[in-house]
Amino acid sequence: MDTASQDNSLIREISAEKYRYGFTTDVHTEIIDRGLTEDTVRLISERKGEPEWMLEFRLKAYRHWLTMEMPHWAHLDIPEIDYQNISYYADPTVKKQGPKNLDEIDPQVMKTFDKLGIPLEERLALSGGVAVDAVMDSVSVKTTFKQTLAEKGIIFCSMGEAVRNHPDLVRQYLGSVVNYRDNFFAALNSAVFSDGSFVYIPKGVRCPMELSTYFRINAAGTGQFERTLIVADDDSYVSYLEGCTAPMRDENQLHAAIVEIVVLDRAEVKYSTVQNWYPGDENGRGGVYNFVTKRGLVKGVDAKLSWTQVETGSAITWKYPSCVLQGDGAQGEFYSVALTNNWQQADTGTKMIHLGRNTRSTVISKGISAGHSQNSYRGLIKVGEHADGARNYSQCDSLLLGSECGAHTFPYMDVKNETAIVEHEATTSKISEDQLFYCNQRGIPMEQAIGLIVNGYAKEVLNKLPMEFAVEAQRLLSVSLENTVG
Amino acid sequence: MKFEQNYIDIFNQNRALIDQGSAGALNALRDKALDCLERNGLPHKGLEEYLHTDVAHWFEPDWGMNLSRLDMHVDLAQAFRCNVPNLSTLLYFLANDEFALSDTAAKASLPDGVFVGSLRRAAKELPAIVESHYGTLADMDRPGIAAVNTMFAQDGLMIYVPDGVILDKPLQLVTLLHSPVDLMVNRRILIVLGRGAQLRLLLCDHALAANNFLTTQIVEAFAGAGSSLELYDLEETHNANLRVSEFYINQEADSNVEADFVTLHNGQTRNSVFSTFVGRGSNLSLNGIATIDREQHVDNMTFVDHRVSDCTSNELFKYVLDDNASGAFAGKVLVRHGAQHTESQQTNRNICLTRQARMFTQPQLEIYADDVKCSHGATVGQLDEKAMFYMRQRGIPEKEARMMLMQAFVGEVIGHIALEPLHDRLNRLVEKRFRGELSQCEGCRACRE
Repeated sequence: MDTASQDNSLIREISAEKYRYGFTTDVHTEIIDRGLTEDTVRLISERKGEPEWMLEFRLKAYRHWLTMEMPHWAHLDIPEIDYQNISYYADPTVKKQGPKNLDEIDPQVMKTFDKLGIPLEERLALSGGVAVDAVMDSVSVKTTFKQTLAEKGIIFCSMGEAVRNHPDLVRQYLGSVVNYRDNFFAALNSAVFSDGSFVYIPKGVRCPMELSTYFRINAAGTGQFERTLIVADDDSYVSYLEGCTAPMRDENQLHAAIVEIVVLDRAEVKYSTVQNWYPGDENGRGGVYNFVTKRGLVKGVDAKLSWTQVETGSAITWKYPSCVLQGDGAQGEFYSVALTNNWQQADTGTKMIHLGRNTRSTVISKGISAGHSQNSYRGLIKVGEHADGARNYSQCDSLLLGSECGAHTFPYMDVKNETAIVEHEATTSKISEDQLFYCNQRGIPMEQAIGLIVNGYAKEVLNKLPMEFAVEAQRLLSVSLENTVG
Repeated sequence: MKFEQNYIDIFNQNRALIDQGSAGALNALRDKALDCLERNGLPHKGLEEYLHTDVAHWFEPDWGMNLSRLDMHVDLAQAFRCNVPNLSTLLYFLANDEFALSDTAAKASLPDGVFVGSLRRAAKELPAIVESHYGTLADMDRPGIAAVNTMFAQDGLMIYVPDGVILDKPLQLVTLLHSPVDLMVNRRILIVLGRGAQLRLLLCDHALAANNFLTTQIVEAFAGAGSSLELYDLEETHNANLRVSEFYINQEADSNVEADFVTLHNGQTRNSVFSTFVGRGSNLSLNGIATIDREQHVDNMTFVDHRVSDCTSNELFKYVLDDNASGAFAGKVLVRHGAQHTESQQTNRNICLTRQARMFTQPQLEIYADDVKCSHGATVGQLDEKAMFYMRQRGIPEKEARMMLMQAFVGEVIGHIALEPLHDRLNRLVEKRFRGELSQCEGCRACRE
């Protein structure tokens, strides 16, 4: 074996080791036929046992989707997606035979989540731990601590369950923040969405534990189209975490989700994401296309919504978690670290729409590009005519590791009110050679030194994550950067 | 395909007339331009680059066009006596798009080989130079007005400065819009600087009549290796004036270019600047001021293309928006693969003085090289309350204090302008502008009317 091929095999080994969630679970999964027609939408609705109004909602969205074209404005090179070659519903919870017992989960599925570090046994969770809604492919497998939460009046369940058990709440809020006409992927999701989480925090309740949803794509040839809806009633508080992984495959899998959040008077929602979908291999083969619409309506007076995201996965990311600051004194925050390596592409950022008086928003975005990747920040700060005293501060920094990658910044500012103060700063530079030298001098090898500096660079954002996530995120950043030296 | 059809028809019907009033190199590109316009149309709001200025609509009225080049009877010496104090310039005119010399410029002798004159004449006298440069920077295939301008442009200004020649005296080109009917003017400026050449050019845009005008202007500037170009563009027209300009700058190694865009008074303005570094070690400074009120609109778009390494670009644009005025700024810096050691800084600061004033700003960085230092900053806000309080406390009336702060705000850009005698004049004009007086000087008919 010559040196070059030895090197290649080494790279393959390392990259295979790098994505430790790349395994598949051999579990009986019922997958509907590939393709998308009105019948597919009806079939999904029927499988989920939905009421008529829900089917109507889906069909309206589907018919509108047919009139739309895929957007091409992002700084992304998206290969043609054949929407008829995807299966839109995969259920790993259906038993092969025997009577159905909903409480009984396939041990293989349980094992999968254990392997992912997501304990579905409540007794295994840390004290005061995290309530988890575990979603595999199109179906919620289990939601933990439901009982504990119910005692406080908190509803935390899968979207499918919410449609059945809390139809009034779902009807009131579903699509109220992200309308099915919003964009191409929102229309697609509204037509075929499967399980995500539904959260309702009643008035004056502070959620006693972190709520979390873990999304897992397992089946091949499928896409995941989950939908999450969080409603925080007056004076309530919730911290919500979202994690996601997928197996390593040569095919690209589509993930097009919608997250809607409604924050009422003086309530606060903290939404944290560690996005670790399979990013593809070192040659850019495979990986998840992550086209997500996330938006919060900060409707109440002095309400607050904070988005924190660590994006290390996905072959292509198209995602702009946004805040519509409607209530007077409403606050929006966006903290993001987006790391791209190999051939990954990311076009991500936020929109802060200031409508109410004295609304405030902060945007801190840290982009890190390595390998042949392209990493873009795209953001909009909009101040409406009536948003007196609106205040925004945005900072977007980009770090370049290597001469083959790209870092781009596309901020938009649209100000219609003379009392507004909007500030934007952006810098792009490479990793400081002085800092690297300092680390090397003290015996820290190059790769570790880069990891250390990148973690320091991203610290402002990582600090905003709940502790369990912060540790995971730090590790992810270091692992994703392996092999970027030179 | 809406408003452009009218212009395609006019072009096809008058092709012979257009060619007859122009010359070789200008006529040679018209077919290609027609093809581009037919394919791409006029730039409209549906395009991201024109989101805030619907240029296509400006072409909707039935504009008059002086294709047969009738004499408009302007006594230029009478019409324009506007001097920059302490600055002696060689003065040239473009009456609409027709080139004319001032008396002083006619008598002045330029260094050997230098050509300053009508582009139409240059196409006949210096065909090789014009042919190898005209239309080579202005990309007719991208959204913009290069195609429609190239179809109709019959004349303009040509400046050629051979290798090593330094023009000590700044040149001043006064463009005067004058017509008894509403008029569309398509003019062209071509600047070619040889190795080590130096040129300072002041472009002053005036409207002599109160009619409606639509001006399309393309400026192509080639800065040879080690050359230095200073370009100052001052717009002082009136509310019925629509102006869409595209500036293309090409910089070879070790060249220095400064381009400043000052909009003191206008109707609706769109300036696009496309600057490309093709040689290493070059510097570019782009600055802009817009002080506008009423329904005025200024949209500056800059695109700086760092194709090679070791170049520096600095941009500073400031807007003060009063009444219902609206402003837009979009600045893009592209650092291409391999353009290492690029330094680029871009700043856009804006003040909205009223509730109705509206500002849109969009700084952009697109970077494909790692050893670079790039930054941009943008703000939209009001005058500093603390500074206002400080001055009021010391007995300065509110109105005066506001004035001083606004002057200081745009003063930063004026301070960046290399041509020092311009500072006084701009400071004075800006002050008058802020005092609500028309931003015009008293000396000439152009401003009195």
